[in-house]
Amino acid sequence: MSNQTPHDWLNEHGDYLYRFALARLRDSHLAEDVVQETLLAAIQSQSYEGKSAPRTWLTGILKHKIIDSIRKQSREMPCEDLSQTVADEGAVDEFFNERGHWADRPQAWVAPEDELEQKQFLVILQDCMDRLPIKLSRLFLMREILEDDNQAICKELGISPTNAWVMLYRARMGLRKCLELHWL
Amino acid sequence: MLTCKQASELVSQSLDRTLTRSERWSLRFHLLICVACARFNRQLHTIQTVIDKWLSDTGQNEHLQMPLQAKARMSQALESEIAASRHKS
Repeated sequence: MSNQTPHDWLNEHGDYLYRFALARLRDSHLAEDVVQETLLAAIQSQSYEGKSAPRTWLTGILKHKIIDSIRKQSREMPCEDLSQTVADEGAVDEFFNERGHWADRPQAWVAPEDELEQKQFLVILQDCMDRLPIKLSRLFLMREILEDDNQAICKELGISPTNAWVMLYRARMGLRKCLELHWL
Repeated sequence: MLTCKQASELVSQSLDRTLTRSERWSLRFHLLICVACARFNRQLHTIQTVIDKWLSDTGQNEHLQMPLQAKARMSQALESEIAASRHKS
């Protein structure tokens, strides 16, 4: 069995890691940065000799670098931290009246059926994601990473698990409404 | 009895965690009698399915690659790091 070198990792897994990061950060420069940080961290890690499933291992490091990146982005906007986003209660209450009934009842739309429709749906969905406050869309895209270790990750991001579910809820409410407006 | 607002919150949470038995029953009952929320539930599931598939497909999409310049830059950075590690040990 040949040992892969870091250059092998870049050649064989670099694009995959980039795609993974790009999908979640939605910014190519940030995606490049986290891929580089991942590969450097991998080199620095004591145990990189002879990893049998390098892609899985590298992806694990990448997920942490993505979280770091998101946390750093939050810090650069000092007036708005993640918990502030949660505190804006007005955002979701607009969907319901004081008695908890729908202000605007969800309209029927047909779920995309064939591959073409799925592609079209996805384009609109991504556009809707871009309209969400960036913190909400990032958390939403990180949901799968959150599942890995909800408590630890929330702690790293400086939010409570309660904040997390509220933000995911807000993201979904916003996306659904946006889709209703744009998907026939 | 759940309000629609409460039901919508549970629908969202049901996508991320296992609901308790009591939550499941309350929600199921509400969805049986409320057309709006039943619709909401279906729509949220559709959105989640499409996103999950997209995230998993993106990984496999070999047409999307890191820009060559970025790769070249990274290659150099790796080289420096490897040299630095050797120097330490």
